[in-house]
Amino acid sequence: MATKAIVGEKVGMTQVFDAEHRAVPVTVLKVAPVRVVQVKTPEKEGYAALQVTYGVRRASTLTKPEAGHFRSKSVEPGRQLVELRLDDASSYSVGQELDAGLLSAGDKVDVTAVSKGKGFAGGVKRHNFRGQGAAHGNHKKHRAPGSIGACATPARVFRGTRMAGHLGAAKVTTRNLVVVEADAERELILVKGAVPGPNGGLVLIRATVTAVAR
Amino acid sequence: MNPTDLVDRAFLRDDVPSFRPGDTVKVHVRVVEGNRERIQVFQGAVIRRQGSGARETFSVRKVSFGVGVERTFPVHSPIIAKIERVTEGDVRRAKLYYLRDRVGKAAKIKERRTTR
Repeated sequence: MATKAIVGEKVGMTQVFDAEHRAVPVTVLKVAPVRVVQVKTPEKEGYAALQVTYGVRRASTLTKPEAGHFRSKSVEPGRQLVELRLDDASSYSVGQELDAGLLSAGDKVDVTAVSKGKGFAGGVKRHNFRGQGAAHGNHKKHRAPGSIGACATPARVFRGTRMAGHLGAAKVTTRNLVVVEADAERELILVKGAVPGPNGGLVLIRATVTAVAR
Repeated sequence: MNPTDLVDRAFLRDDVPSFRPGDTVKVHVRVVEGNRERIQVFQGAVIRRQGSGARETFSVRKVSFGVGVERTFPVHSPIIAKIERVTEGDVRRAKLYYLRDRVGKAAKIKERRTTR
């Protein structure tokens, strides 16, 4: 579980130059200020988390339960509700605003997002199968998976055997990314390296859990 | 305009002269040796320019002691102290890879005549 977390939007990738004049590949994340809607505690809900929202949304697009939830907390309705699991959420209060200043350059973060959907993909793309030869008499089996099991014993295919199927559009976390820059004024966070998901996708940015363990 | 242009803008240099493939340029490169910094000049023909924004790069080819040497620089890299255009070349292609297969006089680039 993370010590701090925030939500943002993936803008795209570019590069920046560091102090030693090296080019650093970065992903630009737009982190608009988020508002705390609800603080969940182990005593009441059984776990510690923050329920936050961001952006603006027309009141007419809210369902009545949503509208009532926002009204009872007297928080401006936002695009959607996102839950951020934390070690300890007791230091936060309802209505509090969090922005990109939560993180600073040099912090290590885990970034979670829904990866790009690849549709129905074959074994070569999905499981990095090697495929088969282009020549030596191979006929229309260049990217086929090969054998998926034996014959009369066990007379079935084992469950979990890697085959073609749906790839992507799954929740993926990239761990231990370094924050290159966090600018609350421009609402931007730059992290070194790639982040899952398409440009414009929602991303969850959390202080890394691996650094805590070390 | 790309969505990441706002980030790029801070890193763009405004002192890059206009030059294109075929031109001969002097690239003044900052070389750090220990804690001393000096300028090294890399002079040659621009054989390619690619990319855009902060990621734009160009390649310079020269023949040094009979060996062809190519170096690729980011256009906006802070290691470049200065770029000087020496001559303008008259070429018909954007990528001058054919120069790699040529030696001597055949590898020479015609100079562009500017009409006034």
